[in-house]
Amino acid sequence: MSFPLSLTINGVARNITLDDPRVTLLDLLRERLELTGTKKGCDRGQCGACTVLLDGRRINACLALAASCDGATVLTIEGVTDGDALHPVQAAFIAHDGLQCGFCTPGQIMSALGLIDEGQAGDDPERVREGMSGNLCRCGAYAGITEAVLDAQRRLAGQDGRDAS
Amino acid sequence: MKVFDYVRPASVAEAIAAAAAPGAVYLAGGTNLLDLMKGETLRPDRLVDVTRLPGLDRIEWLGDGGVRIGALVRNAALAHDAAFATAYPAVAEALLSGASAQLRNAATVGGNLLQRTRCAYFHDPASACNKRQPGAGCDARGGENRLHAVLGWSEACIATHPSDFCVPLAALDAVVEIEGPAGRREVALEALHRLPGDTPERGTALAPGELIVALRLPGEAAGFAAHARYLKVRERTSYAFAVVSAAAALRLEGGRIRAARLALGGVAARPWRARAAEESLVGVEAGEAAFRRAAEAALAEARPSGDNAFKIELARRLVRRALALAVAGTPARIPALPASPFPSVAGARHDA
Amino acid sequence: MTPDISLSQVPAHARHGSSIGRPLTRREGVLKVTGVARYAADNHPAGMLYAVLAASRIARGRVTCLDVPAAMAHPGVVAVMTPANRPALALDPDAKLHPFMFRLDLLQSDAVRYANQPIAVVIAETLEAATEGAALLAPRYEALPARVGLDAGESFVPPVVGVGHPAEQLVGDVEAGLASAARRVDATYETPAQYHNAMEPHAVVAAWDGDSLSLDMPSQGMAMAQARLAGLLGIAPENIMIRSPFLGGGFGSKGLIAGPQVLGILAARLVGRPVKLVLRREQMYGPVGHRPPTRQRLRIGAGADGTLTALAHHALITTSTFDDFFEPAADASHTLYASPAIATSHTAVRIDTGTPMFMRAPGEATGSIALESAIDEAALACRMDPLAFRLKNYAEVEPISGKPFSSKALRACYAQGADRFGWAGRPLAPRQMRDAAGMLVGWGMGTATFPALMFQAEARAVIRRNGGGVVEIGAHDMGQGAWTALAQIAADAVGLGIEQLEFRSGTSDLPDGGIAGGSAHTATAGMAIHAAGGEAVARLAELAMDDARSPLFGAGNAGVVARDGRLFRRDDESRSESYADILTRAGLAQVEGRGKSGGDPAAQTAYAMHAHGAVFAEVKVDPDLGQLRVTRLVGAFAAGRIINPRMVRSQYYGGMIWGMAFALHEEAVTDRRSGRMLNANLADYHIPVNADVPEMEALLVEEHDPHVNALGIKGVGEIAITGTGGAVANAVWHATGMRARRFPIRIDDLV
Repeated sequence: MSFPLSLTINGVARNITLDDPRVTLLDLLRERLELTGTKKGCDRGQCGACTVLLDGRRINACLALAASCDGATVLTIEGVTDGDALHPVQAAFIAHDGLQCGFCTPGQIMSALGLIDEGQAGDDPERVREGMSGNLCRCGAYAGITEAVLDAQRRLAGQDGRDAS
Repeated sequence: MKVFDYVRPASVAEAIAAAAAPGAVYLAGGTNLLDLMKGETLRPDRLVDVTRLPGLDRIEWLGDGGVRIGALVRNAALAHDAAFATAYPAVAEALLSGASAQLRNAATVGGNLLQRTRCAYFHDPASACNKRQPGAGCDARGGENRLHAVLGWSEACIATHPSDFCVPLAALDAVVEIEGPAGRREVALEALHRLPGDTPERGTALAPGELIVALRLPGEAAGFAAHARYLKVRERTSYAFAVVSAAAALRLEGGRIRAARLALGGVAARPWRARAAEESLVGVEAGEAAFRRAAEAALAEARPSGDNAFKIELARRLVRRALALAVAGTPARIPALPASPFPSVAGARHDA
Repeated sequence: MTPDISLSQVPAHARHGSSIGRPLTRREGVLKVTGVARYAADNHPAGMLYAVLAASRIARGRVTCLDVPAAMAHPGVVAVMTPANRPALALDPDAKLHPFMFRLDLLQSDAVRYANQPIAVVIAETLEAATEGAALLAPRYEALPARVGLDAGESFVPPVVGVGHPAEQLVGDVEAGLASAARRVDATYETPAQYHNAMEPHAVVAAWDGDSLSLDMPSQGMAMAQARLAGLLGIAPENIMIRSPFLGGGFGSKGLIAGPQVLGILAARLVGRPVKLVLRREQMYGPVGHRPPTRQRLRIGAGADGTLTALAHHALITTSTFDDFFEPAADASHTLYASPAIATSHTAVRIDTGTPMFMRAPGEATGSIALESAIDEAALACRMDPLAFRLKNYAEVEPISGKPFSSKALRACYAQGADRFGWAGRPLAPRQMRDAAGMLVGWGMGTATFPALMFQAEARAVIRRNGGGVVEIGAHDMGQGAWTALAQIAADAVGLGIEQLEFRSGTSDLPDGGIAGGSAHTATAGMAIHAAGGEAVARLAELAMDDARSPLFGAGNAGVVARDGRLFRRDDESRSESYADILTRAGLAQVEGRGKSGGDPAAQTAYAMHAHGAVFAEVKVDPDLGQLRVTRLVGAFAAGRIINPRMVRSQYYGGMIWGMAFALHEEAVTDRRSGRMLNANLADYHIPVNADVPEMEALLVEEHDPHVNALGIKGVGEIAITGTGGAVANAVWHATGMRARRFPIRIDDLV
């Protein structure tokens, strides 16, 4: 049994023939498409390490069946940089040391992108903390993560302002 | 995961036909189903992917001021729908207090109604569980059960329903629209989830092959919007299931309670509508004495199913608090920590 | 003549051009934020198969049946490895040739000695097939009653605890001290089993080429893993190549190679193809170590003025039925508080569990939360402010040994932390403070301490004629910042700017960088680098000073200083010469230095060596609902020389979060009948989420230590867990009047 699957991943249209309905989006990315930036921490939707944007919304890729994502647009950590330039969120994670071992970092960054796009948190650190609570960090880099998200959000808002003017 | 048949029907009728096969289950957001399949708690033979069914992803306002929510509306989309959050703030708050942003983006309204219990013995295929395997016994009785049911449980099963979303829905008389092999029908949300009795394996009123297509909230329930809260006590500040939760909604007139709605979560195999407590509140002056009576009434039949007597007292106190906060009024904006007893201000200096 | 090229005589921050002390951002940061950093499980050699463990669902007994045919019949399954066909080993996995050789479960028999023990491995073309193959094995068992918990059996006095420490230690007469005390505390505290829960599950990608083995595998100790594997597999250590450039967290669980990783290697041997084995999250609760539960009794005597007369600390701990790891919980009472009589003792119970293992601050964390709680109780008994009580009993020498401290800036930590927190004016009695919303507010504190250890390591440094340098060491970055901090030390060691330095690390073909554990990696690897760089610079200096054409000719005893790619005459910095010129004239492409490090036995005999700190916590508790939040944490720590303040602060934050989690969140819940863990997942085993984390501050208190090592480095990775757990528990008491005697503190305790 095989399923044709079309996905747009990091801006590239991909036609995939899936030979197994059990494959999750996460395992498709990691084991079949060599996109290993997205991490598997729990495989059960309990840690957020596998966060990607699916049609613009942050989700846990481990709990999405690849077959069910047919036709979707996926953004993974590999698609975040603009050429060689880091995205402001990525740069802010480095500047605020919002990472230690780095394993949860791709998921944190994808989650931050989703959070900023959702526009619910504003510049309230408490809302950012709550909004980022789906991404566990065992090293405990949370303080830096929160600062990085707030900082990047401010920078992005500033950019938008300039673009508009 | 067992190899399964994956089918993606194009219509509700096709879906229902596809789900008639033995071992078939519906797949929507997958956040609960895939978790259970990975843990080998469930081993379905066929997944009927309903995510592409047309017309089930809409929020429609009804003539009576109520709302009809398609089963495929995502939890996050519903919670952030401004009109919905205005009319049913306690429901929005409950939605936002559950799981994580990622899960709320994936989980669907219909799927969330059918969320399975978090009882560890249900999830552990090596444990005896009457819900998973009828007649096997219940290892939760006599096991680690400090978070188990205090209301409506039976010797066969002491599991609780974990949903936040369903608690205010039960309080607000939500109705579930169902399509199935025998046609279309409706059940009150309160009747969707079953108490275990001798048949805990039947967790819901759904017949085999039936599909939830929509959820309705009556316009009358929007009349509580000014005084409605959902509160949740949990073991970490976010991304945690409720130890106990409560939805309280009031209509007030000059300090008196005209109508009251109250439901508890995390205490029983279904969201627990506390009707006696509601009745005790009607016509009386809103205040601590009334809330105390309501709390007593709500938990009157509660008894520990194990090492969980604390939940009874905790639930009483939570009822009182939820009522008090409902009286104080729905916040203009959903709090930074939805459903938390803390009014935010982490890190603020005290003024001792 | 050996020229004096010591770099440590001048404080690093005072030296122009020094990399040490700069708050650099992580040098590997870009790799990590772009997803390019390659962790073990991200590797996929050609022809690779997937291996998935089948794990035992009983805690004790034996496997009577595995349905191998069912698994083999599943499409894609290539092989099933069981005790019947597991490739032979050169060493019995149950052999214990030295105390650091822990017994491994490598399918040596059908016996089951803990839940989640590996009982078979299924190898398949796809991860999905291997996963289902493992399920299809549907093992049957002959189960024996599981022994669970601290009361499961007869306790005994372990031969040693921790790393070879005596199980019982005594100074003075504790009973007399207690008898003479005007105030006494006798309190028992329980701490639960905890699991490391690194975000990255243990993984291995193994590829054999004849008798050579190539491994991608997270490791906190590559050389030790190499040696262990060589013994098990009967091959030469140099035939084993380990790549571990990044660990997705370790916290002690990746210090020694874990059984499942060896099974992945054996699976690759069995099928003759590369194999990837990654533990499923639920399999992380058993075969890769944990922090054992404890029951600790603290007896404290004090005079009416608060002066301690006796301190007795007993810890009952569990270990496995088949190996010896004994959490040295009571040793926490050795170093902090001056008492004329101190007794520490341990007893242990063997239960059906995986062997416990070093977990971030092993013993220190468990002991600290009990000790700091009891000290708080003692302060209250003496009607003293908890900080005043601690100062009253400030240890000027290490209480258990009587040795002077190599350095101890704890007073400054107390003062700066208390000041920053605003501790002064704290009411003595509980339940005195509320916030505007009516929440109870409590303030608590705890003292932090962790030993300053040194292990052994080697490094190699090269200075090149082109003005660049290379430093090589098989060190380990598990998030603490080795890629950055060690490169900073390396740059200074060879006298180059960090941008001119190529720093190579993270593979086992480099000089042995020792083990990343005991908060000793920066000191240990750093000192090896320091020595290697020093030797390379010394070679250059000899070339220059012996050459009449060099401006440094004859510098002799005055010595030279290496900086920015030049050597300067120490007594006349106008005389200098570039490395390039020295090497060009000598006709050399490069000079090389090798260095080793290890503890200085003389200094260790003479001095007690510890880092110290003080942690202050504020909690708020809903008076009716018991819902609790930590709202502020301030820590002040003194840990010798700080190589990179940005990364050190992150280590402190992480430790403080762990301490908070110790007090409030973490707990393995085990079914008392089956011995199976019921919350072997990240939804129910709570580690803090972002919303749990309060506003935090970590103050870096200046401390100069001339004895720990030439660079003056103590460790920072573990200390902040200690002190914090107690501070939070004490704050909960101050808010509510509820004295926690069992951790984590639960809502049940507060309603």
